[in-house]
Formats: sequence, structure tokens, C-alpha cells
Amino acid sequence: MQTGKELIPHLFRTEYSKITAVLAKLFGFEHIEVAEDIASDTFLLAAETWGIKGLPENPVAWLYAVAKNRAKDQLKHRSIFTQKVIGEVKQNSAGLYEMDIDLSNENIVDSQLQMMFAICNPVIPPEAQIGLSLRILCGFGIEEIADAFLSNKETINKRLFRAKEKLRKDHVKIEFPAQSEIDKRLENVLTTLYLLFNEGYYSLSQNVTLRKDLCLEAMRLNFMLVENKSTNKPAVNALLSLMCFHASRFEARTDPKGEIVLYEDQDTSLWDNELITQGEFYLNKAAAGNEVSKYHLEAAIAYWHTKKTDTTEKWENILQLYNKLLQIEYSPMAALNRTYALAKADGKQIAINEAEKLKLVTNHLYYSLLGHLYTDIDNEKAVSHLKMALKRAKSKTDKETIGKSINKLLMQL
Amino acid sequence: MGSIAAQNKLANRGNRLDFEGATVRPGNVVTDGPYAEIKEIMLGYTLVKTDSLEDAIELAKGCPVLNMGGNVEVRSIVEINM
Repeated sequence: MQTGKELIPHLFRTEYSKITAVLAKLFGFEHIEVAEDIASDTFLLAAETWGIKGLPENPVAWLYAVAKNRAKDQLKHRSIFTQKVIGEVKQNSAGLYEMDIDLSNENIVDSQLQMMFAICNPVIPPEAQIGLSLRILCGFGIEEIADAFLSNKETINKRLFRAKEKLRKDHVKIEFPAQSEIDKRLENVLTTLYLLFNEGYYSLSQNVTLRKDLCLEAMRLNFMLVENKSTNKPAVNALLSLMCFHASRFEARTDPKGEIVLYEDQDTSLWDNELITQGEFYLNKAAAGNEVSKYHLEAAIAYWHTKKTDTTEKWENILQLYNKLLQIEYSPMAALNRTYALAKADGKQIAINEAEKLKLVTNHLYYSLLGHLYTDIDNEKAVSHLKMALKRAKSKTDKETIGKSINKLLMQL
Repeated sequence: MGSIAAQNKLANRGNRLDFEGATVRPGNVVTDGPYAEIKEIMLGYTLVKTDSLEDAIELAKGCPVLNMGGNVEVRSIVEINM
């Protein structure tokens, strides 16, 4: 049976964004902090109350009831009376603020989609659109957003602050944009979902490396886009395909103790063949038309990883896909991972040469790769790179993994 | 993959590309991504295969440094100075 302590983080993931989305729509962008505060306060109260009084019979309903009441209080105490609100209040015969705050499923689905596209408004820069979406829609902390952008907390804080100011100043409305706008905004919406999935796939800052609920949320929202006629584009299907392929291994990626099981040790009987088939389905859908997006290529690479072989053919294919990916859109992390594929296809020495050019000095995975590449070629260098990786690593899990690698090498020196 | 290969979209072109000095296009959003090679595959290869401290001590005993009169301390993970 789940205790309040375990349930709350899970509910936070699933319900926080929904509650915030509906409230943000209600209060408008100028008062988005109100929506965020109410959502946060609701969870705070849950944490306090459930610990003492025990779990309510229906925790989700409890959360929504509290959020509703707080929203009503806010409407009463603040002078947030737009014509719309006054009009609706007048319509009510009782004359009380019987504003029906609709948290039903229909409204939520609608509001979350609206929210995604509304936040991805070109008046603010793309990084701000995505950052704000991750914060408000996905409940990301500032550190998680920083990790997503390979950046730092100060930069992200500034970015989000400026974005909110701009949206407030320009009185940006939360509404589903016109068809012509949807296509323009879709790219950044997809990046948001991509980064949501990415954080769940491997969290750099949290002590739980695999956060399945984030991945599931990303897949759910991506699926909504696929089901919606105006957003059912090739790239959207390709992204969903990518997610399906990676998600197929989730059961095998953790052992009964909750520890990470690495690819070569994973029990393939725990790999979800249905999800792999779904991934193939969406990838085929994505192949319609002439567009090849980065998601097509990443999905194709992910497809190769659903085959647990270690052949040169596999790694040659992956290498070529990475090369093509980097041609379309160069990114440091793609280049880093391409270098691993290069080592597999063409040997470590050539990969070392290319890796050192990358100079991703703030990233622990960069140093981890160098440590791996130098292992058994120059173990002293390998150790020094791994020590740098240890300095840059953030989560306890990552530090332990690197620590073990260093230990092993030190014993061989 | 059959239909995709047939459409020649993701075919192996056989050309190697050197990304020396490649830079991010201005306006391009730089992000992390769910790339499996390092996050899911590589991190395994450098893990120590021994599970117990006893095994690790045995390994350490085979270390050449000891033969030259040096000292190898086997510490459990928690004692590593981070």
C-alpha cells in the first residue's frame, strides 16, 4: 500500500501540471504566479495533512477540491475581475462566486494542449518558450531545466524571469493558436516533450536515474498530438517512435532493488516487444512524405538499440545515422554519443582524437567517455578523466558509478 | 525498417564526415537528449565486475604496485573523497 510519502511525488508529476494549466487559463498569464502558487500550496497542504491524518479516500479528488477552493478564495480576495468573470458571476442566481472551475478530464486535455502552444509563443525566444513550458507544464525544477539546456541555474532563472515579464507586458492570452501558427510553434512544443522524456530517461540531478513517470507523461502528451489532426505531422510521429523504442527497455533497466541495470546486462525477455512494434508503427507513419527531421534519425538510432547485438554492422549504421543527424542539426551531446559509436565502428584511437576536440568541459558524461576510451590504452589518463567526471557529476548514483570505475582502474595501475 | 529503407530516407550512404570544429548554428537550441550510447550502454563497461569488497581486495593483491613495496588501499565507495 502506498504511503502518503510515496504517493505525493507521483501525484505531483501527474496532477501538478494539470491543475496549474487549468488555473493559469482561468487567471491569465498576467497572474501565472497565482496559478503556480495555488498548485504548490495544494501539494504542500497534502504533504502536511496526509502525513498526520493519513491518506484521503480519493487523493486526486482531494487535491482538486483544495485547488478549487483556493482558486475561489483568490478570486474573491484579489481584484481579478475581468468582464468575463463578472459576467459569469452575474449569471448565477445565487449571487455568490459560484464560478465553476472545471477540472474535468475534457477541460484538462484541452488546457494542457492549449498551454503548450500558448507558452510557445514567438514573442519570447525559443529557449524561453521551452524553459517556461518545462517549468509550468512539466513541473521541472530550475536545475532540471539547466540540465536540459546544458546550462546553469543563473542563466535559466534570468531567462524565465524575462519571459514571464514579457508575456505579462504583452498581455499574451492562453489560447490554441490558428492553424498557421500551430505549424510554426510545433517545433518548440516537440522540443519540450523531447526534454521531458530526456529527463525521465536519465536524470542528471536526481538520485533516481530512471524517472518513468516523466517519460510516460511525455508519451501521453505526444500521443495527444498524434491524435489531433492539426498536429499529426511526420516529426511528431517520429518523436513518439523514439520514445517507444527507449521505453521498451524500462522494465529491464532497473533491478528489483531499484538499481540501474546497464544495457549489456539487461534481460531481453523483459523488453516490451509491443512497445517496439508501436515504435516501428510510428516510425513508418513518420516516413510518409519527404521530411526527415532529427527525430526521424534519433528514432532510427533507437531502433538499432532494440536489437541487442554488438556487431560492426549495427555500429556502422548507428554511426552513419549520427553523421546525418549532425549534418541536419549539430549538437554537442549528439556529437559526444556519435563518438562512442565511432569507437565501436572504427576503434578507440580515432574516437579519442575526435572526442578531445569536443571539449565539453562542464559535462561529466564527456569526461566519462574519455575515461572509457582511454581505459586499457592509457589507464593513467583514464583515471584523470574519470576524476574530472566525478567532480562534474551531480547525482549520488552517478558519483558512485564513476567512483567504482576509478577504483577498478587504480587497482590496475 | 523495410519500408523506410525502400524510401531511401535513412539509407547508409557510406560517407564519413569529420565534425572537427563544428559549431552550433545561430538560433539553434542546444539541448541534452536521450542518447543511449553513453547514458545506457557505455557506463556499464567501466563498472567494476566484482561485487564484494573481499573480491576487490583479492584483485588489489594482484596489483604490481604491491610487489614494489607500495601500498594499495581498498576503500569502499562511501569513503571516496568527493
